[in-house]
Amino acid sequence: MNIIRIISIYRFVRVPIVALVAVVLLPLFNTKAVVAEDIPKTDHGAATMEYQNKELDRLLPSVDVSKAPSSFDDVVWKAFIPEDNSMTAERVALGRKLYFDKRLSADGTVSCATCHDVTRGFTDQLAVSEGIKDQLGRRNAPTTLNVTLLQIVFLDGRSPTLEHQAKQPIINPIEMGMPDGQAAVDAIKGDAEYQAAFKKAYGRKVNYDDIGRAIAAFERTLVFVDSPFRRFLDGDEDAISAEAEEGWELYNEKGRCMTCHPMNPSNPLGTDNRFHNVGVSARHQDFEGLAKQALKAMEEDPSERKLDELALSTDMSELGRFMVTKNRSDIGAFRTPLLLNIGITPPYMHDGTVETLWDVMDHYNKGGEANLFLDGGMEPLALTEEEINSIVAFLFSLTDFRFAEENQRQFERQRAQAKKKRPLRDDDMAFRLKLAFEK
Amino acid sequence: MESNSKNIETKYMDRRAFLKVSTAAMGAAVASGLGPFQTFQTVNVAQGAGSSDKVTPFRFAYISDSHLYEKKINDRFVRALLRAVADVNSLEPQPDFVFYGGDLAQLGQPKELELGAEILKEVKAPVKMMVGEHDWYLDMGEKWRELFGEPVYSWDHKGVHLVTLNSVVERDFWTARGMTAMERMMTVAGLDNGVQSPFSVGERQRAWLEKDLAGYSDDTPLIVFSHSPLYKLYKKWNFWTDDAEEVQAILKRFKRVVVIHGHTHQLLTNRIGNIHFHGMLSTAWPWPYAPEGMPELTIEMSRPDPFNANDGCGDGEVHVQADGLVDKVYNLWNRTPLTVGRAYTASWGKESVPPKPNRASY
Repeated sequence: MNIIRIISIYRFVRVPIVALVAVVLLPLFNTKAVVAEDIPKTDHGAATMEYQNKELDRLLPSVDVSKAPSSFDDVVWKAFIPEDNSMTAERVALGRKLYFDKRLSADGTVSCATCHDVTRGFTDQLAVSEGIKDQLGRRNAPTTLNVTLLQIVFLDGRSPTLEHQAKQPIINPIEMGMPDGQAAVDAIKGDAEYQAAFKKAYGRKVNYDDIGRAIAAFERTLVFVDSPFRRFLDGDEDAISAEAEEGWELYNEKGRCMTCHPMNPSNPLGTDNRFHNVGVSARHQDFEGLAKQALKAMEEDPSERKLDELALSTDMSELGRFMVTKNRSDIGAFRTPLLLNIGITPPYMHDGTVETLWDVMDHYNKGGEANLFLDGGMEPLALTEEEINSIVAFLFSLTDFRFAEENQRQFERQRAQAKKKRPLRDDDMAFRLKLAFEK
Repeated sequence: MESNSKNIETKYMDRRAFLKVSTAAMGAAVASGLGPFQTFQTVNVAQGAGSSDKVTPFRFAYISDSHLYEKKINDRFVRALLRAVADVNSLEPQPDFVFYGGDLAQLGQPKELELGAEILKEVKAPVKMMVGEHDWYLDMGEKWRELFGEPVYSWDHKGVHLVTLNSVVERDFWTARGMTAMERMMTVAGLDNGVQSPFSVGERQRAWLEKDLAGYSDDTPLIVFSHSPLYKLYKKWNFWTDDAEEVQAILKRFKRVVVIHGHTHQLLTNRIGNIHFHGMLSTAWPWPYAPEGMPELTIEMSRPDPFNANDGCGDGEVHVQADGLVDKVYNLWNRTPLTVGRAYTASWGKESVPPKPNRASY
């Protein structure tokens, strides 16, 4: 049954290289599907590093990392790579080792892969992430899939590059908890394998900046953009279901999705790389009070580290982009995520409070949560239940083929849950029978 | 209507704002028999003519051009005004006053004006009101005056003399055509029509202005508020005051004059001789720039995002400096706030040039 589905997916492949990869991958898919419960687990609910590594071998057969991924133009791809961190096999190999190394955390229980787990859509599929000593943060872990395609990193954009971003969680007290970068270096510098690997990758001793660079180089290999919808955009009309196609039309018209999630053949990523208040945290936060508190806290300590801490472990997290710009118009605004692989990265929104894609649609359908700083593009959408189903079907068509099983599993799980409860559904708001400030 | 300098803040101040008025002013008010609700006029009386040219720097905030419909017709404009009110209320310290730049209503309907008045009651600082053509031409200002008082007035504040004008006076184009009140209103609310007359301040008001300024020395810094820009930019949209030259002539002897205007819904900067002009943002929508007549000093905003109703809209602040010139803050809701500093207009655009947007104008 499994193999029939795979074959039907690849029936329409037109590019010979992709077809070749498919042939190579076919036997791998032809193993008994691993149910989530069978995956060997380790600290904080993550799959064991060994298991994740094996999975990654399956997902990413070795390729020449110095070349653009098959679906990318060389020139476009080069724009994503900083000059001081060109892609080499040595750097990617080092980064991969670091990505899975729990020694980079203060208590040895957390690696990058704990919250960006290969088996869970390269996130943790939790509302908010769990760090050392089982501490919970305030933000939903974004997937590291395709993260290199973002122009600005972290949900509030407080990091300009992947290289810079990779160094922050290691020293955040509630994530990996190292007192500083040097402590992370100290934790691994005695390891002869690392000494050799750093030498080969960067020609230097183990150092913190190169830890960031190597992890970024590895993450740049996590390009997973080959979805049914991508094939559809390329001209294969049968690549997605009629329902998903209907959803795509709604996405561009009545649903207004493309306003912030532009998606077209030349830019199929689904993000404007900007920050919007869609009202998620307005459900439970007093923005004015928090903003005052935040300005005071940042005046006392304007450091980058303090910002990282405030963003992850206090209510000020809900202020989003405001914490970076101190601009009132950025209050409660978060970066538009990539929509690729959205089906396998629940729960949703910056705080993980929205459990299914049906709930996401309910949130937008009612025009978001009313608050003073609500983005000007937010309007009640008056989508019917059928239309919501179509858009959700479309969203599930954005997942890379290599995650087809997990995507199907998520679709069924989310659909079952949405049948039981729709906590954000509000037809009065969606159809403007009630106005936002009359609640 | 412009026969006295009564202030519309009066009916408008809540008890808390009212208590902020100096006891001296209140004493003067009582003494002059005008009652406690005529506060700023009496400040005028109390300080009188020839006040010194020493300015204590201060800040006021502005909200403008909300164009409210009844909320069941358009709730977005209502939400926008609510946001502006929250913005000015969040300022710490609070601004000395909040200036409202006109066009509170869209079609002069009593319900529109009442809705605006109700929302503006939430402003913590004292509110100063100016009238716009959208407020006026249904009932020729009857409802507006009932709610806010007389539209033309002046007062002194921390060494600056401030004047609010009604610059949207139109010649009677309606009687001869036999128009209904609503037809008149709709005509004035439109652009690009040859039926309505250009805006003006008018002879009576100019006479009042001359008289009002008579006692002030040339060194007194002036801030003049007008709904339309007090110069001639683009007639078809009434970005225009037909007797602008006459009004400018009255202001000419003063060394430092700042004119703050509404109506144009955009970043707009100009200088004519001693007069520095600044536009106010609208809370409702941004206008495109006029196809001709743009002042050289204006750094145009880039085209607002048509998908984002907040883009190009906002409110702002005016920081009055010791020399009476102002730093004008455009608090854009979907962009980085932008300040057009006093040094920019003072240097005729040579210094402190505000950042140019990275996309083209429109």
